[in-house]
Amino acid sequence: MMNCQQATQLMSQELDRPLNWRERLALRLHNLMCGGCHQYRKQLAFLRTALRARAGGD
Amino acid sequence: MSIDDQIQEFVGARRPDLVRFAALQLRDPALAEDVVQETLIAAMQGAVEFGSRSSVKTWVYSILKRKIIDALRTRRREVPLSQLGAADEDDDNFEGLFDHRGFWATEHRPHRWANPEDSLQQQQFWQVFEACLDHLPARTSRVFMMRELLGLEVTEICQELAIATSNCWVILHRARMGLRRCLDETWFAR
Repeated sequence: MMNCQQATQLMSQELDRPLNWRERLALRLHNLMCGGCHQYRKQLAFLRTALRARAGGD
Repeated sequence: MSIDDQIQEFVGARRPDLVRFAALQLRDPALAEDVVQETLIAAMQGAVEFGSRSSVKTWVYSILKRKIIDALRTRRREVPLSQLGAADEDDDNFEGLFDHRGFWATEHRPHRWANPEDSLQQQQFWQVFEACLDHLPARTSRVFMMRELLGLEVTEICQELAIATSNCWVILHRARMGLRRCLDETWFAR
């Protein structure tokens, strides 16, 4: 199984490029089992929301 | 109210905010003032083109972002990225975050943040947020803000700064990890 270090890398890249199906599947499986990474992903999404708001987006 | 009046009113009321936004990225208060001044002039000149396509806020920020990109480009010719500090200075040490198998160390495993969306309405949150952005190492910060605040694509950033795409991803990952950790410790842990 993918570890958290690799999962966090992919969760960041997911915001910058489309992941391929293999990566998406591995990440989904990892996050089903890993509460920490599940939260991490939500928190990265929140960071982006905050940054967009800061940059004057509506 | 005419578009000119709306723009003037917005810039009048939000000028400090615009200057902070520019200063955060340029790390040069005087240059930030200049860029905001140019933005105001450009916004007034472009008022006809603006029409009512978007809110004044979105419109003014879109001009400001273009001006910041221009200023970064001009300055990059004077101060290349490599002079912003060595790459390994930015090398935040994540080792303590994960155990030897690469899984979250117990004390660093992320926990749910309570109502993060409510934070966006709180002025104090934004002070903490900016302090956290400010704490990112200079090189990391440059790449991250180009991506998240100026909205450039990774390929554009790599070209602009002459760095490899894979390197860009690593830098962005570090920035997110660092910003998340800072907010976690200084805001959400309260």
